[in-house]
Amino acid sequence: MMKVLTVCGLGQGTSLILKMNVEQALADKGISAEVEHMDVSTASTMQADYIITSNELAESLVEHSAKVFIVNNYFDMEEINNAIDENIES
Amino acid sequence: MRFLEKDIVSVGVEAADAEDAIEIAGDLLRQAGLVEKSYIEAMKFSYQKNGPYFVLAPSIAIPHARPEDGVNEASVSFVQLKEPVVFGHSSNDPVRLVFGLGASSSEEHITLLRKLTGLLNDSANVEKLTSATTYEEIKNILEMER
Repeated sequence: MMKVLTVCGLGQGTSLILKMNVEQALADKGISAEVEHMDVSTASTMQADYIITSNELAESLVEHSAKVFIVNNYFDMEEINNAIDENIES
Repeated sequence: MRFLEKDIVSVGVEAADAEDAIEIAGDLLRQAGLVEKSYIEAMKFSYQKNGPYFVLAPSIAIPHARPEDGVNEASVSFVQLKEPVVFGHSSNDPVRLVFGLGASSSEEHITLLRKLTGLLNDSANVEKLTSATTYEEIKNILEMER
């Protein structure tokens, strides 16, 4: 199963909002994946295929083995859909 | 669970800077007894430590901290800033809409974030929240969402 992490500074609010919209987008595309939300330090030690986060936090995840990509507007389903199309191979 | 009721919404507010805006959004929650003062301090500390990543869409900030920092009840406040405030975000600055999130570890936290996401995924709602001048207008937007 593909594993996707949504990451923010605390893993409490922002990353959960992103997770909700990413799950929606993946479901619409018929891509099955496990999506987990967490803070940036937990994510750095977590195995995953993809990490989705903000530009601000992506820098601290460059060493990660997962493919890291950025969403700027968490409430823009079009941007989220495009980012998934460009970065996730289904 | 509290979501954008009249006593935790403030329209046309002046804030000196990002920390001031966070403080105002947190203080609405504190005055309603939903969070402790320590939680507001933690919100500001998170901004200093982790930066403005919680400006998660153009003009929208959702400052928050952890449940253990002093949350009494899952809650969301709203401050509409009179003038845009710079938070230092690379693509989403400046901020006009600040949603203070009282984060809890309960199921209510998920429910609140779903409501907030449903509201803000619609860009027409974001425009209405930005141009509203009274609480009544905001209440109308929320009622349309139900």
